[in-house]
Amino acid sequence: MSVVIGIFSAVCVLAGAFFFLAGTVGLIRFPDTLSRVHALTKADNLGLGLIVLGLLPLASGAGVALKLVLIWALVLVGGATAAQLIGAAAAKDER
Amino acid sequence: MTAGLLFDLMMALAVLGTAAWTLAARTQFAAVIGFVATGLLLSLVWVRLGAVDVALTEAAIGAGATGVIILYVVARLRGGTAEISAATPSRAQRALAALLAVAVGGVLALAVLNLPDPAPSLAEAALAGSAPLGLGNPVSAVLMAHRGLDTLLESVVLVFAVLAVWSMAADHRWGGAPGPVFRREESGPLSLLARVLPPVGIVVGIYIAWVGADAPGGKFQGGTILAAMWILPWIAGLARPPSITDWRLRLMIAAGPLTFLCVGLAGFAVADGFLSYPPSFAKPLILLIEAAMTLSVAAALACLIAGPPERRLPPESMAADRR
Repeated sequence: MSVVIGIFSAVCVLAGAFFFLAGTVGLIRFPDTLSRVHALTKADNLGLGLIVLGLLPLASGAGVALKLVLIWALVLVGGATAAQLIGAAAAKDER
Repeated sequence: MTAGLLFDLMMALAVLGTAAWTLAARTQFAAVIGFVATGLLLSLVWVRLGAVDVALTEAAIGAGATGVIILYVVARLRGGTAEISAATPSRAQRALAALLAVAVGGVLALAVLNLPDPAPSLAEAALAGSAPLGLGNPVSAVLMAHRGLDTLLESVVLVFAVLAVWSMAADHRWGGAPGPVFRREESGPLSLLARVLPPVGIVVGIYIAWVGADAPGGKFQGGTILAAMWILPWIAGLARPPSITDWRLRLMIAAGPLTFLCVGLAGFAVADGFLSYPPSFAKPLILLIEAAMTLSVAAALACLIAGPPERRLPPESMAADRR
C-alpha cells in the first residue's frame, strides 16, 4: 500500500514540477506580457495543485492536509489577482 | 538518501544560478526579480538545513519586504542614468570586491567542511536552561531569555528605521500621510483581494506570532504578514494611512520596545535584574512582550513600505473621502 502511495506522490509532485518548469520557460521565452503572465498562472494553479495533491497522502494528519490545501487556495487567489493586475497594467501601457 | 542529496545539489545549483543571473541581468527590473527568486530559493535551502525560523524570515523580509523596497527604488531611479553610472564602481573596484567575496566564501566553505558530524547544536541546552519559561521553541528561548538584550535592541532599531524614513520628507510635507495616495477601486480584482484576504491573513499572522513560543514562527514573521494585510487595502485605496503625527500610529510603533523595556526594568524589582523574568510569571510576560512586538513590527514594516509622507492632505479632501 505504501508503495502505491509513494508512486502516486512521486508522479504528482514530478508532474507539478514539470508545470513549474514549463511556466518558467514560458516566462522567459514568451514574447509579450500577457502570454508570460498566462504561462505563470498555469504553474501556480496546476503545478502547485499537483504538488499539494502529491503531498496530501504523506501529511501526518487532517490538520496538516487542510493547511496544505489552504496554502494552494491562497496562492490561487493571490496568483489570479496578480495576473489580472499585471494584465490590466500591460493593456494600459499598450494603449 | 541519494534522492535527498540530488535535491540538495539541484537547490544549491539553482541558488547559484539565480544569484549569477541577478548580477548579470541587463535591466534593473530583471535583477530585482532575480534577487527575489534567489531569496525564495534560499529560504528552501534553510528549510532543508532544518532552520525553519531562518527560512520564514528570509522569505518574508529577505525576499518579500526587501524585494518590494528595491522595486520601489528601481521605479524611482527610472531615467536617472547619470546618477546610476556615477555610483557604479569601476572595473578594478569590482574585481577587488569579487576577489574579497571569493576569499570570504572560500574560508567559510573550508570552515563548514571542517565541522564535526553531527554538527554541534545548542538547541537542547537552550531549552534545558529555559524550562521554567514554558517555551518549546529553542529559537524563541534564545531570543527572549538568553539573548533578550539583543532582541530588545533589534526592536528599537525598527523604531529608528521608521524615524529615518520619515525624516526623508520635505519640510512642508511633515505631518502628512506616508506614501503615495492610491485611487479608491470600487470593483476589480485588487479591490476584491483587499476585501477577501485580510480576514484570512490576519488570522494567519496572529497564529504565526502565537505559535512562535513552541514552533517556528514568532513576532517578526507574524508582524510581517499583518503588515502585508494592511498594505493590500492601502494600495487598493480602501484604507488610508494615518498622518505621521497621529499619536495612535506612533504608540503602535513604540508599543513593542516600550513594553519590552518596561518588563526588562521590572526585572530589577521582581527578579534577578534587567530583562530577567520571575520564574512563576515568565510565560505571561513573554507573551505580553511578543503581542506588543507583533503590533509594533506590523506598524513599523507597513510604514517602511509606505515611505515618507508625500503630500499633506488638505482638510477638505479628507472630508470628501469620508462621505
